[in-house]
Amino acid sequence: MSDQFKVGSKVRITNAYPPGHIRTPFFLRGKEGLIIRHFGKYPNPERLAYGLNGLPKLNLYQVLFDMETTWQGDGSFSSKDTLTADIYETWLELI
Amino acid sequence: MTGSNEPHGGHDHSHNDFQPDIKEPTENWEFLEIALRELLVDKGVLSAREIQDEIETWEKKSPEKGAEIVAKAWVDEKFKARLLEDANQTIREFGIEVEVLKMVALENTPELHHVVVCTLCSCYPRPILGVPPLWYKSKQYRSRVIREPRAVLQEFGTTLSDDTEIRVVDSTADCRYLVIPTRPVGTEKMTETELAKLITRDSMIGTAQARDPIGKRS
Repeated sequence: MSDQFKVGSKVRITNAYPPGHIRTPFFLRGKEGLIIRHFGKYPNPERLAYGLNGLPKLNLYQVLFDMETTWQGDGSFSSKDTLTADIYETWLELI
Repeated sequence: MTGSNEPHGGHDHSHNDFQPDIKEPTENWEFLEIALRELLVDKGVLSAREIQDEIETWEKKSPEKGAEIVAKAWVDEKFKARLLEDANQTIREFGIEVEVLKMVALENTPELHHVVVCTLCSCYPRPILGVPPLWYKSKQYRSRVIREPRAVLQEFGTTLSDDTEIRVVDSTADCRYLVIPTRPVGTEKMTETELAKLITRDSMIGTAQARDPIGKRS
């Protein structure tokens, strides 16, 4: 269902490593974030990459991650710093 | 130095001292590109001229277009609101048509500073900013800015207060991000054209601030 996620939903990025053309970065798999924006529906890039039509289209969300938690303190950032990525609904799990 | 490199005949420069030619292709992806391009031409799908024209069209696009858009957003609150709400629709006023991708403008403020990256490849708002700089596509930038943004920005000469949230925006999908840098203080009386000169490419990626009125950065 497309209404499963809303702006404000807390989500986890699926911690899976299937082969193929995937646009969910490795460093975010299994990480927890917050949906801050819904961009609408876009053709599924995991199908487009193989010459398919990319249908059904997928909801695409901007997900916000806290740097401190994502990198477990190991990096060059201040406690307020964040990062975002654009993630298709098939990679999101409500928490 | 040996043989032909030695000085001779009364002048003392090396004859090997010239810029090397462009590297011959060696990688599989380079051969693939050549093969595909030649097949398209041989089979009459595209002409060689059409391919070159397309390359020229893209190389002609420049960050100056982005600077015009940002300058207008600085002086016109309503325009800025529309740009933030629906960038695809709003940049049409500047003659830029983007159909498939979603263009997204992000506003930098003293509290929130966006910096854009594509960790997966090199996604970039080309219709607005032109061809991306080489460093934007480098593994160094892509892997480091997401984990050590403050160190990376420092290397770009950009130091931000710990009170400013740095938000690294990874364009992993169908969106292309344009940063609206913070308008520098002391620019209240400047015209849109004057303002546009302060808005650099890097300030629209987020690795820098806009220049201040005397051409420096805050």
